[in-house]
Amino acid sequence: MSKHEVVIRVGGAAGDGIASTGEAFAKICSRSGLHLLAYNSYQSVIRGGFIYLQLRAGRDKILSHGNKVDFLIALNPLEFQRNIVDVVSGGAVLYNSDKIKPDPDKVPKGVTLCPLPVNEILKDIGRNPILQNTVALSSLVQLLDLDVNVMNAVIRDYFGKKKQSVMEINLKVIEAGYEYSKSNLPDFDFDLNPDYNTKRPVLTGNQALGFGSILAGCKFYCAYPMTPASSILHYLIAQSKKSGMVVKQAEDEISVINMAIGASFAGVRSMVGTSGGGFALMTEAIGLAGQTETPIVIINSMRGGPSTGLPTKTEQGDLFQAIGASQGDFPKVIIAPSTIEDCFYSTIEAFNLADQFQIPVIILSDLFLSEHMESIGNLDFNSTIERGEIVTSNDSDKLYRRFQYTDTGVSPRAFPGTSGTVFQASSDEHDDYGNIISDVFTDSEIRIKIMLKRMRKMKFIAEQLPAAKLEGPADADLTIVSWGSTYNVVHEAIQILQNNSKSVNHLHIKYLIPLQKGIKEILSNSKDTLIIEANYTGQLSKLISMETGFQINHTLFKYDGEPFYPNQIIDKVEDLI
Amino acid sequence: MVVEPVKLEAYKSEITPTWCPGCGDFAVLRGVHTALARLKIKSENVVISAGIGCSSNLPGFVNAYAFHGLHGRSLPIANGIKLANTDLTVIATGGDGDGYGIGLGHFIHSMRRNINITYIVMNNQIYGLTTGQASPTSERGMVTKSTPSGLLEVPVNPIALALISGATYVSRGFSGNPDHLSTTIENALSHKGFSLVDVLSPCVTYNKIQTYQWFRDRVYTLEDEEHDTNDLKQAMSKSYEWESKIPIGVFYKADKPTYDADEPALQDGPLVNQPLDTGKRIAEQLLEEFT
Repeated sequence: MSKHEVVIRVGGAAGDGIASTGEAFAKICSRSGLHLLAYNSYQSVIRGGFIYLQLRAGRDKILSHGNKVDFLIALNPLEFQRNIVDVVSGGAVLYNSDKIKPDPDKVPKGVTLCPLPVNEILKDIGRNPILQNTVALSSLVQLLDLDVNVMNAVIRDYFGKKKQSVMEINLKVIEAGYEYSKSNLPDFDFDLNPDYNTKRPVLTGNQALGFGSILAGCKFYCAYPMTPASSILHYLIAQSKKSGMVVKQAEDEISVINMAIGASFAGVRSMVGTSGGGFALMTEAIGLAGQTETPIVIINSMRGGPSTGLPTKTEQGDLFQAIGASQGDFPKVIIAPSTIEDCFYSTIEAFNLADQFQIPVIILSDLFLSEHMESIGNLDFNSTIERGEIVTSNDSDKLYRRFQYTDTGVSPRAFPGTSGTVFQASSDEHDDYGNIISDVFTDSEIRIKIMLKRMRKMKFIAEQLPAAKLEGPADADLTIVSWGSTYNVVHEAIQILQNNSKSVNHLHIKYLIPLQKGIKEILSNSKDTLIIEANYTGQLSKLISMETGFQINHTLFKYDGEPFYPNQIIDKVEDLI
Repeated sequence: MVVEPVKLEAYKSEITPTWCPGCGDFAVLRGVHTALARLKIKSENVVISAGIGCSSNLPGFVNAYAFHGLHGRSLPIANGIKLANTDLTVIATGGDGDGYGIGLGHFIHSMRRNINITYIVMNNQIYGLTTGQASPTSERGMVTKSTPSGLLEVPVNPIALALISGATYVSRGFSGNPDHLSTTIENALSHKGFSLVDVLSPCVTYNKIQTYQWFRDRVYTLEDEEHDTNDLKQAMSKSYEWESKIPIGVFYKADKPTYDADEPALQDGPLVNQPLDTGKRIAEQLLEEFT
């Protein structure tokens, strides 16, 4: 029976062109109507290191980058040896046979060697080490029975704008590689069922976060480069002229968030993006946003900690940092998007919540979610922009009370330049006009009143956020609890477990502060519970226990920096039920 | 047409300053009131940001929007406000600890941008609000609460720093010469680009060395000399005068490109006036780029 999906791994060193090879393959899949998910495992080096890109493509929605590999493209001898152990029986290795001479004893049983004599293939075209990637990719397109014209179009679009001559060389390489593969390599029984009339958008989580912010009417994005958040900056600056957004790289993350708070105070929707270390520097100003009731959206794309930790690896270790960010108590929201599509929608929602309640909203992504590429379904562009109540003029004799005590805790905002609304926003505790109460004498009555006003917002936020939802059979033998980027891999594992007659359901939590309603009820009715988190201490598990008193029975924690594989979850569940 | 003269009173807020009697910051406050009145800038088009410290309370005493932020972060707030609404007159204020200590990085980088804001630093060479510790502009050897054996660091030279960092209006005022100070602030506000007004603003409570009299014995005005404000090297040389003679006035002034004027995304006018639905209009086009 032919296979309808394929897992491909490209292994090499930094500087070998893995990312662009992956991007080209992603575009080929996109324009062949295939679904795709690609994950790049890399290190903090510009040259060298051990890098691989794993792509999984097929006719159905892809939920993870998979376990074992069908096709390995090895770009150097070391990567050949390191990765060949992950190739399935029936799979194959494509490699440049001019550079790599495999030891037949070290090739696992059932794995086919597909040597590509690159020099011979390219003898009439030209020599450039990076062209071996194009040879391998065109060979793969042939082996997967995809339309080579789609690859030609992708290469034309990629080089067309830059260099005509380079594009023409690559087109010749594609033809040569494709023909070589057709005449010399065995057939593999893949039918990915391409549909060349469908184009599937392929984007990373960071692109989706950026795209969402553009839809949300964000006009000011500020950041300091930090993996894995930097590509939000790159995406937004590339769109800046079209979107009309000021995208500013500042001197450090302290400046980043203070600038964004300044811009928001002046009336524009503002966002910042960083990872855990930069987020730590932003901490004090998150409290400033809370205290001055200035809306702001903060993205923390988590990477392995502590300290600079694992700069290019994924983790969900910053939940407590986000919860505890800044001194004192103030209202805030923490959202953890689960998928690429959810990154898009969560950003729009974050801006609306920030504006409606005049609070900081933190979006917790992670390296895997932020950086992996995935094909998505349709996006709904009909979202509304809710800016909350804004004062456009004050003609009355009464002074404007920026922090007026209200039932909801939300006071109508005015932007500088609005007649009759001059006021002070203050980091120090203040009264309803914004005048400081900390210096002359600390008025405890006002302090209590203004604290109650601000904190009152939390009740209304909690009511507005959707309740937690259990997915799958209510009477399952086990409930898996998860948050953030693990949503899809947990789903894939559950599908496989269900096919093996295991009854498992899923509680995925998106809103962490305030913690979604309904969690305790769901968990209390579960037969058994397992929490899956990419951190050491089980931060969500602790949060649930703190907020609901419910103790989750079993845990699967992972902090090696790599995202979960479906098999890791399946193995754990099979141990339990 | 009869134009109603703008009165100073219009720029005073309801709040009475809490500074010690004799504090140099009173003259700065008056300078800000006077400059705004002379330039007839509407209160509702002025935003003053501040950090933390005695001097950072100044915005509350001016009838203008105020953002009283975190210690050392007055400039990033001001940068953000200006980028969001270039129609506003944006002033950042603070003290020497705030601007030349904890916020020094922002000082240098804001000047590199030559963004069109005015930064007024009330420099008293001591930490006042925290009751008398050494500041980044305290003299080497100064005995303070935190340096009982004398300070072992040399002071930051804010004027020299401004000159090498790209500020295009670099000036110093003295609270003991309030008329000169008001004019210096007024000209700073009129300048297109980053303007620094470093004010020698004596702390009458915690700095018993750099007193009004100490400054009076040394201060002279650059405007009374043949100082060429276009000459960066001459300005640099003046910035090193301190021990016996201390210049006040404008050291350097230049007409250079500003960040806010050149930012591509600001070419259609202030951000705050731009439509919110741009994203919706270009959404399909943006999605297409992902295929």
